[in-house]
Amino acid sequence: MASLELGYVLEGDDEVMETFSRSNSSKLWFRRVRWGRGTALFLAAAYFIIPFYAAMQFSLQNKYGHFSLQPLTQIAQAPLFLSALWLSTQLAIATMAIVLILMVPTMIYVHLRMPRFRRVMEVITILPIVIPPIVLIVGVDGVTPLWLKSSQYLLALIYVVLAMPYVYRSLDAGLGALDLKTLVEAARSLGSGWVSIIWRVLVPNLRSALLSASVLTLALVFGEFTIASLDGWTTIPVWIYLAPTNNARINTLVAMMALLATCVVLMLIVSFDRKSHSRRN
Amino acid sequence: MSMDTQTPPSTMTDVSPPKTGAPVVFENLTRRFGTTKALDGFTLHIEPGEFVALLGPSGCGKTTALRVLAGFERPDIGKVLVDGRDVVHVPAQKRDMGMVFQSYSLFPNMSARDNVAFGLQLRHQRSTPRRARAEELLELVGLAEHTTKYPHQLSGGQQQRVALARALAIEPRVLLLDEPLSALDAKVRAELRDQIRALQQRLMITTVFVTHDQEEALSMADRVCVMSRGCAEQIATPAELYSRPSSEFVAQFVGISSRVAVVRTGDSVALFGRDLKIRGQAPEGVESLDALLRPEDVDVVVASTGLGIITHKSFLGATTRLAIGIGGAAVKADVLSSTADVFELGTRVDLVANARDVLVTASRPAT
Ligand SMILES: Nc1ncnc2c1ncn2[C@@H]1O[C@H](COP(=O)(O)OP(=O)(O)OP(=O)(O)O)[C@@H](O)[C@H]1O
Ligand SMILES: [Mg+2]
Repeated sequence: MASLELGYVLEGDDEVMETFSRSNSSKLWFRRVRWGRGTALFLAAAYFIIPFYAAMQFSLQNKYGHFSLQPLTQIAQAPLFLSALWLSTQLAIATMAIVLILMVPTMIYVHLRMPRFRRVMEVITILPIVIPPIVLIVGVDGVTPLWLKSSQYLLALIYVVLAMPYVYRSLDAGLGALDLKTLVEAARSLGSGWVSIIWRVLVPNLRSALLSASVLTLALVFGEFTIASLDGWTTIPVWIYLAPTNNARINTLVAMMALLATCVVLMLIVSFDRKSHSRRN
Repeated sequence: MSMDTQTPPSTMTDVSPPKTGAPVVFENLTRRFGTTKALDGFTLHIEPGEFVALLGPSGCGKTTALRVLAGFERPDIGKVLVDGRDVVHVPAQKRDMGMVFQSYSLFPNMSARDNVAFGLQLRHQRSTPRRARAEELLELVGLAEHTTKYPHQLSGGQQQRVALARALAIEPRVLLLDEPLSALDAKVRAELRDQIRALQQRLMITTVFVTHDQEEALSMADRVCVMSRGCAEQIATPAELYSRPSSEFVAQFVGISSRVAVVRTGDSVALFGRDLKIRGQAPEGVESLDALLRPEDVDVVVASTGLGIITHKSFLGATTRLAIGIGGAAVKADVLSSTADVFELGTRVDLVANARDVLVTASRPAT
């Protein structure tokens, strides 16, 4: 029956036949691609989700081994947890503020006036990745004045250095995508000073670059262990390691929650960014 | 200086205050980039409200001259006077120059209206009159329906019109246009050309327009400054430039394409068997002269005993351009395409000069 109908269509109209066969074959091809993509996605998702699920299942249990949300409430009560969270948050905000205030004008200046210096910048900003954290902290310790040594913001200053490679690369890509010279000159000819050029013209157009720089910095501060612990501060990663609870569940749960929070922030930023993109493209 | 950038809002609300722009003087400007001299003793006086085109080949320093006036480049030597005051040390953001760039320069994060209102916002104009003013200007450039669109939603021609409205919004003392039409297609280009000229006449704003297209320069400007290697080669009205180019360089730039050796008798020369008056001043004390011809100065007649042979033929639309070898010279001539069939390659032809007078110059020494 189906073949009869098909025959009718085929005889009936050349054009119909052609579109029919073309759309059919392209649909097949498309389906195959979608299958390939689906499999890859599935494998990748499994790779992340299975350990995550296992860890969650492990941590969200009461002492009888049944599912329970009770460990969640225990987190907040765990000794020093809230102060560690607060410290990490403060450090993250300070680091982001310092690194952006330092890097945004510098990068704009370098892109505009010293494009050849970009090579040098690239090399300099990669150094923090190459230098082991221990070397860094020992070096810093040797040169910091005493009043700063006791401050938690010394840690923020060190994180600024560590964040430099990521911030540099995000901003470099963002600035490279703009016609910086023309935008700046257009704004200046309209009477704009440097502050309003940066604030009203460049920052809004660098939004996705700034967001990705911020997220990477945030992730860095919330994940860095070595330097924080050597410098004697109980940030979240240090707390997870040292947690004065005897409860491995809670520690795992905190790690999972940190992961989850990062995911949520990332997704928020991506969707934010997509909205601004759909407005622009 | 910062005070007079704040024009009171009351004068900003009407669209076309008939006012005269500022006079501009470029005086003996020199600007080097490494070893290249982008400007080399460039001098040009512009009257208030005048539309001057800078015309010249690529790399002759047109953009540099404009950027010096806008404040984006400092000259090594020389002065730039706007309204009689030297502005060389005034930063660009305090010069009140409206500039339209060759590349698209709208702020991508702002709608057309916000782009136009940007300069007004910097001048602390309140948001309601600011928006009204921006919309008026967009209407003026024919974009009344596109005020809320973002740059990526506008065509190239529309973007350049928004850029023009944005530059006009601040009521600039001088309007600077750096090849604003070069990225557009021919039709939009011609349309915008007329629009810019009409607006400029209406606002009587001093305007400097950079182009390398002679047709654009001749059709829009009050005066054209032909530039070569960083200095002004000739500054003249389009009509004068067309009929009396002062040098061979300028001549080439205004459509002269052929030169033919001629014999002089008094104040006329013999060209293709006819006597023609010498236009303007003939070079003194020079015996061997060349006549300078445009393709439309010459008629072509098929003749089996003709001295010329057609060596090349190209279709240009309404006309067809022929290249004719005659007595060692190559002459270009235009014929109507409807009659071009008879002119085959290799056909023998005679040439007839159809002008009453002719430009001459001293012959080039044989090389
Ligand atoms: N920032 C710069 N650095 C180095 N050389 C430059 C710079 N700007 C201009 N030049 C040089 O100065 C000369 C004049 O440049 P300019 O841009 O003024 O030419 P133009 O007449 O505008 O040419 P075009 O029609 O191609 O735009 C060129 O030889 C150019 O290479
Ligand atoms: Mg140029």
